[in-house]
Amino acid sequence: MSDTENAVEPEEVRHVAQLARIDLDDEEVDRFTDKFADILGYFETLDEVPEVDEEEELANVMRPDEVRDSLPQEEALDNAPESEDGYFKGPNVS
Amino acid sequence: MSTEYNGYITTERIDGASDGPLAGKTVAVKDNISTEGVRTTCGSAMLDDYVPPFDATVVERLKDAGATIPGKTNMDEFGMGTTTETSAFGPTENPVAEGHVPGGSSGGSAAVVAAGDADVALGTDTGGSVRAPAAFCGVVGIKPTYGLVSRYGIVAYANSLEQVGPIAPTVEEAAELLEVIAGPDERDATTRDATEENGEGAYDYAAAADGDVDGLDIGVPTELLDGADERVTAVFWDAIDELESRGASYHEVDLESLRRAVEAYYVIAMSEASSNLARFDGVRYGQSGGYDGNWNETFARAREEGFGEEVKSRVLLGTYALSAGYHDKYYKKAQDARAWIKRDINDALEGADVLASPTMPVPPMEMGESLDDPLTMYLADANTTPVNLANVPAISVPAGETDGGLPVGLQLVGPAFGEKAIIRAGSALA
Repeated sequence: MSDTENAVEPEEVRHVAQLARIDLDDEEVDRFTDKFADILGYFETLDEVPEVDEEEELANVMRPDEVRDSLPQEEALDNAPESEDGYFKGPNVS
Repeated sequence: MSTEYNGYITTERIDGASDGPLAGKTVAVKDNISTEGVRTTCGSAMLDDYVPPFDATVVERLKDAGATIPGKTNMDEFGMGTTTETSAFGPTENPVAEGHVPGGSSGGSAAVVAAGDADVALGTDTGGSVRAPAAFCGVVGIKPTYGLVSRYGIVAYANSLEQVGPIAPTVEEAAELLEVIAGPDERDATTRDATEENGEGAYDYAAAADGDVDGLDIGVPTELLDGADERVTAVFWDAIDELESRGASYHEVDLESLRRAVEAYYVIAMSEASSNLARFDGVRYGQSGGYDGNWNETFARAREEGFGEEVKSRVLLGTYALSAGYHDKYYKKAQDARAWIKRDINDALEGADVLASPTMPVPPMEMGESLDDPLTMYLADANTTPVNLANVPAISVPAGETDGGLPVGLQLVGPAFGEKAIIRAGSALA
């Protein structure tokens, strides 16, 4: 465990929640603030890790660019709660 | 079909071909593996009524092999958990240790096999999610080499770590199931052909389950025993004695890097999760909640409602670890740790045929015990996560029980594409 201070501010949790597009109520913000301080404090132990050269043998894997059958439109719409004229119908958003 | 321990989310039967190596066998499938026409929830309210329009490659292969799929098994939401208590469909109970968890996140798959409600099952293993429940339920689980089994049609949690793996009562049955699902897939460019590594017969895993451990050299990483419960280490050493009596030998190895595996695993897994789960916004996938208005606020409300506590926590921590100012501190350091662990494990396997440790450092927890303390739950993954970070294969076999009758698993780790070595060694015990 690290002995450094790892206070996480509620504002940071709200900011990250905004970036992650997850709405949190005040009670959740408080709960996550405490929890994150513990967990991020624990992650601080990674500071002790030495730099290690990676020698990855990586190769691009490509397949031929061929036209194939795709999902029929009707099946593609099966999971949509609402559709209209063969299109997905979503909520009104701005 | 017995459901008192809540092993299945859906019990819709899927019939396979009339003959094949799995004809007459039931293979339960974890609910994050896509099944055409049968709902696939990932244990999440977000996907409560999602019905995939296609089969995962592993499901296609099961059906071609003649298997009958009796249902989709319960799991920690999106694979995030070590106990199968975070499912939106309620926790699974361990059928062989009443009042205890079955392990996670493939707890439903291990439970239905342990209870005899399926012959064998598929799980997915991102940081130990096949091996942990296998150990806790007294059955066998294999986490294959990264790239051996297609991930096409698996709902992604952390792509660079996860593999589909078999769960079965015996090593031989697990190996038979692995034979069916292994092999390259043109729809998953991360798959590799094992014959390029091991030549003809590379996939003959079941034949390797011959129990012959004469001359086997076992490395035991001391780091994976130091923090373990004494009840577990006692059973572990008894199992090593058993292997020794059959001609194997062991030596201890020090792999300092393994002490950082849990932190590296969680930073990487959470970071990948934060990206992968972005698609569940109620428009592309998942429940929308029916909100109108600002695009981002609409998404945020849908995700607030649809995700459970552990999923929100991991997505937020992953977003944090990747955000400006923290990337080098957490994510880059975790990648360094991953390279370090990979090198240490590969070096240790130069001097040993397999590495052995307890699969889980603790016996199955009591239900509800670990949920309030996420850090304790994360630490239970200390012995399984190094394997995923190093992309090598591992098996968990039943090693015995504690004095209180709780199952203990023995983990054997092999080199990349060394499935036969761990299957052979494991088959001496189960």
